[in-house]
Amino acid sequence: VAARGCGGVWRRARQRGAGQPGSGLGPFPRGQRAVACNARGGAVPAGKSGLAPWVPVVGLEIHAQISSNSKLFSGSQVQFAAPPNSLVSFFDASLPGTLPVLNRRCVEAAVMTGLALNCSINKKSLFDRKHYFYADLPAGYQITQQRVPIAVNGSLSYSLCIDNKMRQMVTKTVRIKQIQLEQDSGKSLHDDTRSQTLVDLNRAGVGLMEVVMEPDMCCGEEAAAAVRELQLILQTLGSSQAVMAEGQLRVDANVSVHHPGEPYGVRTEVKNINSIRFLAKAIDYEIQRQIEELENGGTILNETRAFDSKLGCTVPMRDKEGKQDYRFMPEPNLPPLILYDAKSLPANMNHQQVINIDWIHERLPDLPSVKRKKLVEQYGILPEHSFTLLNEDGLAEFFESVVKQTQMKPKKVIGWILKDLLSYLKQHSLTVKESPVSSFLLADLLNLLEKKEISSTAAKQVLAELWKGEGKTPLEIVKEQKLELLQDQKELEQICQVVIDGHKNE
Amino acid sequence: AMLRASLRQVSAALKEGRVTPTELCQRCLALIKSTKFLNAYITVAEETALKQAEESEERYKRGQPLGILDGIPIAVKDNFNTAGIETTCASNMLKGYISPYNATVVQKLLDQGAVLLGKTNLDEFAMGSGSTDGVFGPVRNPWSYSKQYKEKSVPKSHSEDEESNWVITGGSSGGSAAAVSSFTCFAALGSDTGGSTRNPAAHCGVVGLKPTYGLISRHGLIPLVNSMDVPGILTRCVDDAAVLLGSLAGHDPKDSTTIQDDFKPFELPNLTDVSKLSIGIPKEYHAPGLSSEILALWSKAADLFKNAGAKVVEVSLPHTPYSIVCYHVLCTAEVASNMARFDGLEYGHRSDMKDSTESMYAATRREGFNDVVRGRILSGNYFLLRQNYEKYFVKAQKVRRLIANDFVKVFRSGVDILLTPTTLSDAAPYTEFIQEDNRTRSAQDDILTQAANMAGLPAINVPTALSERGLPVGLQFIGRSFQEKQLLTVAKWFEKQVQFPVIQLEEVKRHDSDVYQHQKSASFS
Repeated sequence: VAARGCGGVWRRARQRGAGQPGSGLGPFPRGQRAVACNARGGAVPAGKSGLAPWVPVVGLEIHAQISSNSKLFSGSQVQFAAPPNSLVSFFDASLPGTLPVLNRRCVEAAVMTGLALNCSINKKSLFDRKHYFYADLPAGYQITQQRVPIAVNGSLSYSLCIDNKMRQMVTKTVRIKQIQLEQDSGKSLHDDTRSQTLVDLNRAGVGLMEVVMEPDMCCGEEAAAAVRELQLILQTLGSSQAVMAEGQLRVDANVSVHHPGEPYGVRTEVKNINSIRFLAKAIDYEIQRQIEELENGGTILNETRAFDSKLGCTVPMRDKEGKQDYRFMPEPNLPPLILYDAKSLPANMNHQQVINIDWIHERLPDLPSVKRKKLVEQYGILPEHSFTLLNEDGLAEFFESVVKQTQMKPKKVIGWILKDLLSYLKQHSLTVKESPVSSFLLADLLNLLEKKEISSTAAKQVLAELWKGEGKTPLEIVKEQKLELLQDQKELEQICQVVIDGHKNE
Repeated sequence: AMLRASLRQVSAALKEGRVTPTELCQRCLALIKSTKFLNAYITVAEETALKQAEESEERYKRGQPLGILDGIPIAVKDNFNTAGIETTCASNMLKGYISPYNATVVQKLLDQGAVLLGKTNLDEFAMGSGSTDGVFGPVRNPWSYSKQYKEKSVPKSHSEDEESNWVITGGSSGGSAAAVSSFTCFAALGSDTGGSTRNPAAHCGVVGLKPTYGLISRHGLIPLVNSMDVPGILTRCVDDAAVLLGSLAGHDPKDSTTIQDDFKPFELPNLTDVSKLSIGIPKEYHAPGLSSEILALWSKAADLFKNAGAKVVEVSLPHTPYSIVCYHVLCTAEVASNMARFDGLEYGHRSDMKDSTESMYAATRREGFNDVVRGRILSGNYFLLRQNYEKYFVKAQKVRRLIANDFVKVFRSGVDILLTPTTLSDAAPYTEFIQEDNRTRSAQDDILTQAANMAGLPAINVPTALSERGLPVGLQFIGRSFQEKQLLTVAKWFEKQVQFPVIQLEEVKRHDSDVYQHQKSASFS
């Protein structure tokens, strides 16, 4: 109960902050936030110990698997759930004498992602070896970018609701420290009964982008919103499929708490988070755990903890890496990665052999934030609706397609999309693509409504019939069930007359 | 004297039908057998070699040989991957390891019709300068059994004379050098990280070429130090080295450190006028321990150029004295990293230790590597520790840059080629050599050769004369980056002037059907 109470303290403090003009609407330096929290300290209930409230600090390290046909340094295919060890080249198995050859597509994906996250792209970046012994790391080292990563100093803006009813949204910004290219490891499966470790190297060497976010967040909800936005960006770019359940997006959270005005607390790293929902839960749990621990006079260990989604808590992980020294060293088999822009591009260079940052920049697709803005401007829908539209894969396209095929105002269409279509899909755990009602059918139905041929109650009835997916058109259902609105005045008069006549005695 | 012919000569003989690829291959295989005591080969691939020879013969019969290398028996150091033929690195770790792929250089040789006789002996994972520290035992220098050496060495007693007096080949490509020197093959591949091709070439009286870093693919060469390793070429003469270079050099998409430009194979001109040439004599190569005999030879060689009209200037490479220490730091650091993959999981030796994965790793590596390899791994990891990285690794890299800049400056000043000794002395008897540990020996023996690796420059050993003991002594030429043609042209001129004597081996006499010709001996010393 005490921990809950403390959780409430920081949660309330944050919400008040977010509501104040200026404070929650853009990037703000960490120091200021601590001071701001401190200033409000008196206004909010103090913790159990009677001290000032706690300020949680959350930073994220996100590994996004690059969507590419082949691995970062070898020609092996990249494919999820292929038979074990079926996608392993000599290099992936670290056979002696093999050398890495950089995959151009992976570099382009990282450049795209860096540009989308407002990073400056390093025209020269370097590869390094990070050493540790592990069964699923065949070379005994991972090739990564420790010294000079491909992209640095970016930012990501994300929005979140500050009340439960999704009425008020605030936009926040998290700074992106860097994006580095690196190899994924294989997978180890421990068979405890036979005390064996089985190694699958299909994933070994797949390209990863490690996105390092500065500790600019202060709760699970913020982290979840930031990751969700990143996920949408990656999916829009096509640089990663970013499906968390398939391990294409892996998030580790660094969490600490401290009192306002004081230095940051000791942080823990929370791993094993495989959905965005669990990310928020894991972080909030960890914040509360740390506060409780500290208020009870305990200390926080600099450790790695795993989130147990069944128990809803974090537990210390037997740290495979411990406090070890990775003995970083430049990767001698890869020359520096040189990128060009329009200015630095040598005239006589073969275009196949160079990567032009400007060329990639010009071809970036609309990012989610731009798409949302366009939706709001073009269709006059509410900003929060634009979020919902983009949050479901294909929903915005569905909406736009319906709008195109109907005379109904977009503002009205959105209600049908969000209230009826989306809630039905959610109820039945369907994706937009799996919807039994196509945009064409829904538009058909909305046209009947718009032309006042049916009532909205009747429209709902028709829709309920359409969900069955029996291949009937809305008009057929209307006819079958006689749901048409009567628009012939004579006919209406006749019906009324019949009713009146039938009740003459009353 | 077919076996003692140069590669180009024997190629001409093949073309003219004076000998068939199969005959040639069989003769080489027979000589390998009768010189087995040299321990030059770890694996003799008799069956595949004969098959390759047969295929070559078919091509000659059809009048469609693949080129100058078609049917030529060659040997490859056992740290190059060869599909289907064991690749051991002379280590327990890879004993019995059969690679599924060919190193690019091996593939290129095979694609041009060469006949791969076998894999040659070396120091374990090429770590050494004697070819004495491999799991298959030391390589014996063929010159130990030459008429020239036997005449000059004083036997202690008649029976143990050969047993106690045999000299080392140098290393680590000692097997390849011995194989070329004893006429069991016409050319061999070595590798050169700090001098591993040039050093045994000098001791065995053959040409040893270390090309510019990036000119020949390292794909498939089991690395020692990736940033310095270069496949090396061992041949009987400079012209043959140029032939091999032409067939191996160029971009390899599998090695990102190879040059992008195409490489145009060249034939070496016969230099008649050296008056436009500027030869640099780096004074720092007058290193402690340099034998007076070699010093005299070196200065005689300088005079030779001078007398022929070349400009000979003393130059300074001031950072040379720091080179060997930096080499040690950089080498062991990369070794520590490169050896991390040998954990017993995917390939190679795996210990029976089953207590835990970690204990299995530890036991595998203890059993698989010799003391030299383990020692280098240990010191390399020490240099890479976070608290040491700046102090050792980064500093060594900086000094490496200074060493490279030394060369740049000297070449920019107008010097075309540097002339230095290759080794401090002639080959030591085995019993003497093993008195000191591998680290001490390597530090001494690489002293004149490793700077070229640090700077990535091409360098070649040219056999020059016989020492007082009747053993070969070579001199080293170091050229500008990617200026192999100039380097080899000068080396060829020098080779012609010094008329290095042919080794006189009883075994070869027996196997070489032609009339044994007595050559002039030691014309230059």
